[in-house]
Amino acid sequence: MLVMEKNAMTEEIELLVSKYGQSRSSLIPILQDIQRKHKYIPDFAQQEVARLLDIHPVEVFSVISFYSFLNSSPQGKYIVRLCQTISCDMQGKAAVAKAIERELGIKFGETSRDNKFTLEFANCVGMCDQGPAMIVNERVYSKLTPEKAVQILNELK
Amino acid sequence: MESKGDFRAPVSQTPHTIEKPKDTSTIGGMISVEINEKKISVPLGTTILEACKMAGITIPTLCHHEDLCVAGVCRICVVEVQGMRTLQASCAFPITSPIKIRTSTPMVRKARKHVLELLLSEHYGECYACFRNGKCELQFLAKEYGIDQYTFGHVTEPQFEIDNSSYSVIREMSKCVLCKRCVRTCIDLQEVGVLEAIDRGDKTHIGTFLEKPLADVICINCGQCINRCPTAALRANDPSDEIWAAIDDPKKHVVIQTAPSPRAAIGEEFGLGAGHSMTRELNTALRRIGFDKVFDTNFTADLTIIEEGTELIQRLYKALVKKEQVALPQFTSCSPGWVKFIEHYYPEYLDNLSSAKSPQQMFGALIKTFYAAKAGIDPADIVSVAVMPCSAKKFECNRPEMNDSGYKDVDFGLTTRELARMIKEAGINLPEMPKSNFDSPFGEASGAGLIFGATGGVMEAAIRSVVEFVLGKKAEDIFEKANIIPLRGFDGIKYMEIPIGDMVGPVPKLLQSLVPNWDWLKGATLKVAVAHGTANAKKIMDDIKAGGKFSECHFIEFMACPGGCIGGGGQPIPTTPEIRRLRAQAIYSEDESLELRKSHENPHVVKIYQEFLTEGPCSHLSHKLLHTHYVKRGRYIA
Repeated sequence: MLVMEKNAMTEEIELLVSKYGQSRSSLIPILQDIQRKHKYIPDFAQQEVARLLDIHPVEVFSVISFYSFLNSSPQGKYIVRLCQTISCDMQGKAAVAKAIERELGIKFGETSRDNKFTLEFANCVGMCDQGPAMIVNERVYSKLTPEKAVQILNELK
Repeated sequence: MESKGDFRAPVSQTPHTIEKPKDTSTIGGMISVEINEKKISVPLGTTILEACKMAGITIPTLCHHEDLCVAGVCRICVVEVQGMRTLQASCAFPITSPIKIRTSTPMVRKARKHVLELLLSEHYGECYACFRNGKCELQFLAKEYGIDQYTFGHVTEPQFEIDNSSYSVIREMSKCVLCKRCVRTCIDLQEVGVLEAIDRGDKTHIGTFLEKPLADVICINCGQCINRCPTAALRANDPSDEIWAAIDDPKKHVVIQTAPSPRAAIGEEFGLGAGHSMTRELNTALRRIGFDKVFDTNFTADLTIIEEGTELIQRLYKALVKKEQVALPQFTSCSPGWVKFIEHYYPEYLDNLSSAKSPQQMFGALIKTFYAAKAGIDPADIVSVAVMPCSAKKFECNRPEMNDSGYKDVDFGLTTRELARMIKEAGINLPEMPKSNFDSPFGEASGAGLIFGATGGVMEAAIRSVVEFVLGKKAEDIFEKANIIPLRGFDGIKYMEIPIGDMVGPVPKLLQSLVPNWDWLKGATLKVAVAHGTANAKKIMDDIKAGGKFSECHFIEFMACPGGCIGGGGQPIPTTPEIRRLRAQAIYSEDESLELRKSHENPHVVKIYQEFLTEGPCSHLSHKLLHTHYVKRGRYIA
């Protein structure tokens, strides 16, 4: 990371800390904001958050590793999470998954070369009555068919 | 940073037992409890575990540790509480109303057995190929509960790579049972923050920041985690094979120095209770193993007092008389864990750290120069071993700057546990050994060097000498029996003021080249403080940063481990508050039994300044051999 980028990051986190407060309970909102903006939480950012909240970097890393929606490594611009639990599975998840993989040319767990898409499976997203369902960044898409899923992704491309 | 204590109140930071009301008649008072039909009354807030202990009933524990906060994660201590649907973890259940407890019902026994069998299903390793064999808490429980089969299977392949990147601590996470004792030690007890639980569910494991090897993160090598690990997941980097090889090589001259704390604790490894000092028995045992010479680290502890004390006087003289800018308060530098802690967390205060080396490293430099010349041995053929209560000493002797003799000053740091094993391997029962003395030319040392092992000891030793230097009076005339009680005991932070008054003595010969007289100290008050455990060190450092009371101190002793060296990370397992107290007692009573109790009166120290370091303390040669410099490491990991 360049010094300028580091300084910008520090400034950004200082702003977040003044917004959410310096207590340990502010950790998750701060991390969520960083995740939303950068699509991951860089090493340096983790250490700065730790310094400003007066906790240890490993505690920040521990929290990030616990939550699936927080990442410590770079992700694509769009993180596509397809529900893999039983209701969605029975409503045709496998076909949707294959269509998405074919369309993006990557497998689940991978990020496309242009850093646009990251494919992941998610456990139940709470749309069991409207499966198969997927979440792209923070938006939920339900009642997917292979064609519909491909169309949604193409609109994002 | 301003009062961060207020909003920093995580669950894991709350004290490990709920504070008991002091006056039980006013707040709730005593509560009657029935344990296995036995009635006792306990103060409000006592945990079931403590109540059972009072009633003489043993409850098995694994994640519980007296030094640490409650975790309640292992579930081995479950008991039945009447009226509750599920079993309760006794370590995490404060008693607030009269209850009936049963500790050995079929449900309890079955649950405990299942907990053990589940732990064993993921615990890699065979007991006979494990360094904790016979001392493993998991093994002990498995034996106690008669585990004779792996009901839920048993892993046969290691699940994690062994991390042996560190000079001090080796992590073998395949043997981890996720009790999180190391996490609580590192974060709460020491506030270093290397280890934490990473990932979730069945993937949970204990890891470092970004899963980096231990050598690359801010680990201070204190080894407190090793001392608290119930299994062999954490262990010290053992050099005993290399030491055996050196002993077996007829060309090598193998010398060993023993520190006071291992001597006060090694008896525990041979079945003695805590608090038996084995100094002279150990000398014989070491010679029988094959060490060529046995030296007393206390000798260089005495030397440390002279060098560090002189450095303090120089700093005070510069500040008060010459009005120069000097870094005060001066910090002690004997504890390598503390040195690495300040290098990482407070690098801007490195100038405050005394440049004097630790006793171990001073001895290393002297053995390969002074002793080698005197004994007529090529220093290249000398293998220098140090028995220390400490795992950070292994890192310290491998620091690149510790080569002032032209060779690696100390070749191996050996912990108390590892030495005990070497002695057993040689077929020696330590307590039965006849007593023998240390070898010349360093010989016996003073009691001041001895008490370095307990928290406050360095400061006490320094003050015994400083008051005699400055006041020209005997320390015994100022402190009863020269025991400086305010500096003893296990309070996290100790503070003391010593008024100098108007009566000062003549400048002793040793210091005449440095100060003309003591008139400039008339009416001054020497302020000193002592901290042990890096969590307490952090409190003092933050206070200094904020310009508080401790920024006005002149000299502060810091020890990385709770209790000082006697509670070090290389000491026998377990180490509890009670054991630390007994070990300290052993050291203090040995000190009191000695004739020689002040560093500057040690005839061998006087002699080395006459024969070898002829220009006196803090001179050119002593700076070359006995002083060092530090590295600004910082807190960021790339």
